Amino acid sequence: MHPVSTGAARRLRSVLRLQEIPLRLELRGITKRFGDLVANDHIDLTVEPGEVHALLGENGAGKSTLMNQLYGLLQPDEGEIVVDGEARTFRSPRDAIAAGIGMVHQHFMLVPVFTVAENIALGAEKTKAGFLDRRRARREVLEVSERYGLPVDPDALVENLPVGAQQRVEIVKALTRDVDLLILDEPTAVLTPQETEELLAVMRGLCDAGKSIVFITHKLKEVKAIADRITVIRRGRTVGTASPGTAEDELAALMVGRAVTLEVDKTPAEPGREVLTISGLAVADDRGVRAVDDVDLVVRAGEVLGIAGVQGNGQTELVEAVMGLRTPLAGSITVDNEDLIRMSTKQILRSGIGYVPEDRSLDGVVKEFSVAENLVLDQYDRPPYGNAFRLDPAAVDKSARERVEQFDIRTSSPDSAVGTLSGGNQQKVVVAREMSRPLRLFIASQPTRGVDVGSIEFIHGRIVHERDVGTAVLVVSSELDEVVALADRIAVMYRGKILAIVPPDTPREELGLLMAGITDSTRPASDAGDPAAEKGTE
Amino acid sequence: MTPVSTATVENPAEVTPTGRFWNRQRRLGVGVLVIGLLATILFGALAPSKTARFTLSEDAQGAAFSINGKLGAILFGVLAIAAGAVLLAGLLSRYSTAVLSAGILTFVLSFLCWQVAGNFLPLVDTASGTLELAVPLIFGALAGVLGERSGVINVAIEGQFLMGAFGAALVGTMAGSVWAGLFSAAVGGVLIAGILAVLAIRYLVDQTVVGIVLNLLALGVTGFLYERLMQADAQSYNQPPKMPEWKIPGLADIPVVGPVLFDTNLLVWLALILVFVVHFGLTRTRWGLRTRAVGEHPTAADTVGIRVRGLRYLNVLLGGVVAGFGGAYFTLVATGSFNKNMTAGAGFIALAALIFGRWTPFGALGAALFFGFAQKLATYLSAVGSPVPNQFLNMLPYLATIVAVAGLVGRVRAPAADGQPYVKS
Amino acid sequence: MTTDGPVGAPGKDADETAAETAPAATPAAKEPGSDDSFMAHFLHNLWSANTVTVTVLSIVLATIVGAVLIVVSDPDVLHTFSYFTARPSDALTASWDLISGAYADLFKGAIVDPATVSAWADGSGTWRQVFFPISETLTYAAPLAFTGLSVAIAFRGGLFNIGGQGQAVLGTIIAALAGFALPLPPVLHLIAALLAGLIGGAVWGFIPGILKARTGAHEVIVSIMLNYTATLFLGWLILQKGVQQPGRSDAISKTVDGSAQLPSFGGELRANLGIVLAVLATIGVAWLLNRSAFGFELRAVGANSHAARTAGISVAKTYTLLMVVAGGLAGLGGATQVLGTAYALTPQVAGNIGFDGLLVALLGRNRPWGTLGAALLFGALRAGGNRMQSYTGISLELVTVLQALIVIFIAAPALVKAIFRLRAARSARLGASIAKGW
Repeated sequence: MHPVSTGAARRLRSVLRLQEIPLRLELRGITKRFGDLVANDHIDLTVEPGEVHALLGENGAGKSTLMNQLYGLLQPDEGEIVVDGEARTFRSPRDAIAAGIGMVHQHFMLVPVFTVAENIALGAEKTKAGFLDRRRARREVLEVSERYGLPVDPDALVENLPVGAQQRVEIVKALTRDVDLLILDEPTAVLTPQETEELLAVMRGLCDAGKSIVFITHKLKEVKAIADRITVIRRGRTVGTASPGTAEDELAALMVGRAVTLEVDKTPAEPGREVLTISGLAVADDRGVRAVDDVDLVVRAGEVLGIAGVQGNGQTELVEAVMGLRTPLAGSITVDNEDLIRMSTKQILRSGIGYVPEDRSLDGVVKEFSVAENLVLDQYDRPPYGNAFRLDPAAVDKSARERVEQFDIRTSSPDSAVGTLSGGNQQKVVVAREMSRPLRLFIASQPTRGVDVGSIEFIHGRIVHERDVGTAVLVVSSELDEVVALADRIAVMYRGKILAIVPPDTPREELGLLMAGITDSTRPASDAGDPAAEKGTE
Repeated sequence: MTPVSTATVENPAEVTPTGRFWNRQRRLGVGVLVIGLLATILFGALAPSKTARFTLSEDAQGAAFSINGKLGAILFGVLAIAAGAVLLAGLLSRYSTAVLSAGILTFVLSFLCWQVAGNFLPLVDTASGTLELAVPLIFGALAGVLGERSGVINVAIEGQFLMGAFGAALVGTMAGSVWAGLFSAAVGGVLIAGILAVLAIRYLVDQTVVGIVLNLLALGVTGFLYERLMQADAQSYNQPPKMPEWKIPGLADIPVVGPVLFDTNLLVWLALILVFVVHFGLTRTRWGLRTRAVGEHPTAADTVGIRVRGLRYLNVLLGGVVAGFGGAYFTLVATGSFNKNMTAGAGFIALAALIFGRWTPFGALGAALFFGFAQKLATYLSAVGSPVPNQFLNMLPYLATIVAVAGLVGRVRAPAADGQPYVKS
Repeated sequence: MTTDGPVGAPGKDADETAAETAPAATPAAKEPGSDDSFMAHFLHNLWSANTVTVTVLSIVLATIVGAVLIVVSDPDVLHTFSYFTARPSDALTASWDLISGAYADLFKGAIVDPATVSAWADGSGTWRQVFFPISETLTYAAPLAFTGLSVAIAFRGGLFNIGGQGQAVLGTIIAALAGFALPLPPVLHLIAALLAGLIGGAVWGFIPGILKARTGAHEVIVSIMLNYTATLFLGWLILQKGVQQPGRSDAISKTVDGSAQLPSFGGELRANLGIVLAVLATIGVAWLLNRSAFGFELRAVGANSHAARTAGISVAKTYTLLMVVAGGLAGLGGATQVLGTAYALTPQVAGNIGFDGLLVALLGRNRPWGTLGAALLFGALRAGGNRMQSYTGISLELVTVLQALIVIFIAAPALVKAIFRLRAARSARLGASIAKGW
């Protein structure tokens, strides 16, 4: 089945099948809003036939949103998508596929319990006498995999495959549908260096075969290695285009933003005793993969230790292990020489540790609960708010009024549901809750994600204040600005390890390179040949 | 080309699962060993030393397998112990399912030797009775398979049965045709399925809630119309013609199997054929591949252009047709007329069969036959005045299902997206 | 198991994007129409899809469908429709008489029959006849309130207690056993029997609770299976020596001692202490939900189990305890049934109160007082249905139909909204926070 297309060139091609005529794509003024958030703000992008066009930007810059619109999963609020000179509307991926656009999603769109051949055939199944033509499906998979040098076993179950192989399945899936433009969304995020190398080779092969590629990433090295052109996106806007010749530090500056917009008034830290001591810690993520690997870390009283790093490098698992939400595989976690590992989350919270989780909506607040209730979410059964049996609503309410005042929480009443508040005020509720008791250690993950500027300033001020009264503070953020503004020491986390601990006045470019895993001593390919890397990740 | 080493995120070092000694096979082995011991000691002690006859007919006549009850109970009990020991020792792990089945079978045989000692058990009657009780369960469980494999939970099987049974009786009588009855049974099932589909798929109401409420609705509507129409004038509304019995010459003369399988009615065949059809449909056709994709990972299906909701509608409605046939079995075959709440929970046993059969057609068939056998045995035991209360045998389907979902002997897994409405972002 | 919001799981991508795209400020929503006059506000809300409007319209829709059922199931009236074009008035009058008669009887049987009032006034009747309908309504409402509260409280904790039926059956069994087997003095005996019922239900609720907490087995599957297990157990138990009524061969147990029966007004007024207990239970559940530490935990777990866990609440412990409490409530419902009206175990002693409790909770939107109100409505329908059946000859099953339809409409507010073209409002969707999937 060849997708029907209305584009003149494509129609010609599909009739004549003379040769691969690459597709030319233009995005004009694409704008997408989610409520009050502008995810894409008038983005223009042109992908010339046969080129690898890199879309470079930090996590959350709006790259995936843009591509989901191109693939028909989302519809733009404004702007148009032009394929081969013709404006198109993609209501569903079906339309995009028919127009010759394929996409490999960051989260693979594969059915885990299906075989490779079944996954590839899905949606474009060939039948013989009403039954699936499995032999033909296998043959097609092998053909495509042969032609583009993408080895896949058509009979393997996807859930048993390592991620690298799953990704090849995704690419083969797109290629069997005769697409001419392939969107690869953060394809190297889950790959080992060897697999990344292979993927880049495949991409080159595809371009030689006449396909265009949109390559979404935040990794400078890869961009420089493969891209023909680079568009940098920051906070939903196009901030520039560059050629692959551009220097790495220049690209990093474009991507991360050079101007430090965040100023936090703070005096030099006066670190005291060691409060949090982590040694030899290893933690598995939900898939059983070792996400934190042999981490040693010390946070002292009266200092802010910032953990910088691209999200997904083990920060989440590290913090969850400290909070008793995840059982470590190995290592020790102590606070003032008390072992935290055997304690429940409740005991940990009660031992003087405050915790602002990274995903506010999921883990931080109960949206249906009132502001007052959220403010005592982890203290509801302790005096003065109540005891093991009953609550004291008057005390809860009184304290809530004080906190609302003290933390400048903008709400019509402490009885309003937290879900009706803005993100910034929701976050202030969480921060207020966690700072409402004497603390030895305060942990904040992504403390200002999705938070307005005013609230950011406020929250940062409170964090510094907490430090000044002698609390040990651990801040995890994928916003480099934030870490630089708050931290007294910065630990850069990369692939489950602490790569370096540096002072906050380290040049941003250097930090950017560190976050990308490039240290002076480790380049190139420090971890090449990691024997575990070749094994599956299931 | 310089090597590029900027890959981030997970270090794919595998967290090696510690080689657990108590794997599924060993745990099952312990279970089989325990029931084997139970059979040998308890059944062996209780069984009288009289002959147990298993006749190859519908009554006490004709050829029969005979064995001393006490001897049989002990012998089969010991065999069950042996099966358990094999599993526990980790032997024959490739054939663990077969060994497990053998263990359970010998346990049942030991039990039967005890119960039948001094009496007889007609095998043909038992087999056909089992099948009769199993047929509606097969239909119901298949209806569940259709819906749930595409991601829509169906706990309204009971309601679909009732509407099917009612529709078959009403229209069958009014039209004087068993085929019209069968057709309306399907319509009745589809009515309930349609409401379920619209509320679950379009209005995103919790599917279990809808299912339970629909059961009550069906109970109310059929009960109401039964009292208004059928009770008042059974002649014109509640005497449907019976489904004709067809005998296939030759095949029907095979001992035991013949009379059970080849001298029966269309619905029995339809149920068995549908098991194959649904199985091959799910595994071998485009529809099946897409159905399973939609039930496991609807977003993935959507990204390759499959209409998730449309396919779910289709499957739930097809399930309605199948469950409607199951309902028809009650009125057109089993009893010959409709009665208020006549399905009496059969829909929930079908649900149990679906879950116990791990959401597969053949699994559902096996579970339905097993549950049917338990029910048939319960009837037999109360007829021969056994001390074993029939209620406890009737509990078997439910308890077996609880054991299965609690993962006590290897967990059953529902389709990943079962019960989750699909909302496009 | 996920506990997604009403719209199910939004796409991962959109989710992330929304979270990622950082600092666009969200101004706090302005109070809608805060400066409008009260009346304008009231009218605006009246026709928007708020919970009250949806509830009322659901009841209206259900009665309409019920009316259609009444007409199409009456051959005589149906006959008048065969010459509808010739003389429409015949058909319309006949239909109207039938429907209005039926619903009038429903009302008279549930609330008050004016005829008995005038009879009392002129001395030819007694006050007992006047209060008979109300008494019946309260009698039927009491067990439903308990099973409804059982389902409602479980819902609030994110669990779907479909096992109310089985728990109620266990409640009847243990309460009845205590009622005729324990030799205790009056007040103490009643308390003991009620407690026994509570414990019976609690044990039956504990099973799905602990299995969910320990193994992740879905409480819906486990408790569906336990429902029929309980019924079969009851069927067996009644026939056992020491339980079966001496001298009877059918399935009926000994009668509960007078000292363990719930006191009633006597005579035809069957209303008993059960309804008072139901009100007390409602107060208790309301307190538990809103004023107790456990209530806070269960509501937190029900609304967002992730956040609850992050805040140190043990989700497994909450699930287990919640199912015990829910089971205990349903068990009390069963106890009220057997100690208040039935007095002896029969296979059908618990009727359908467990499943009806589910409808009651849904109609009451899982709030304690709402549930009590819904139980009263269902009790009234049932009481009125009895009169309708004996006076108009319309089957009591119509009541089941009405109840199911009301709840279907309630459960899908969007459907009611579409039918009546209501303005959209932030209507609380029902069952939104409950477990999805097996």
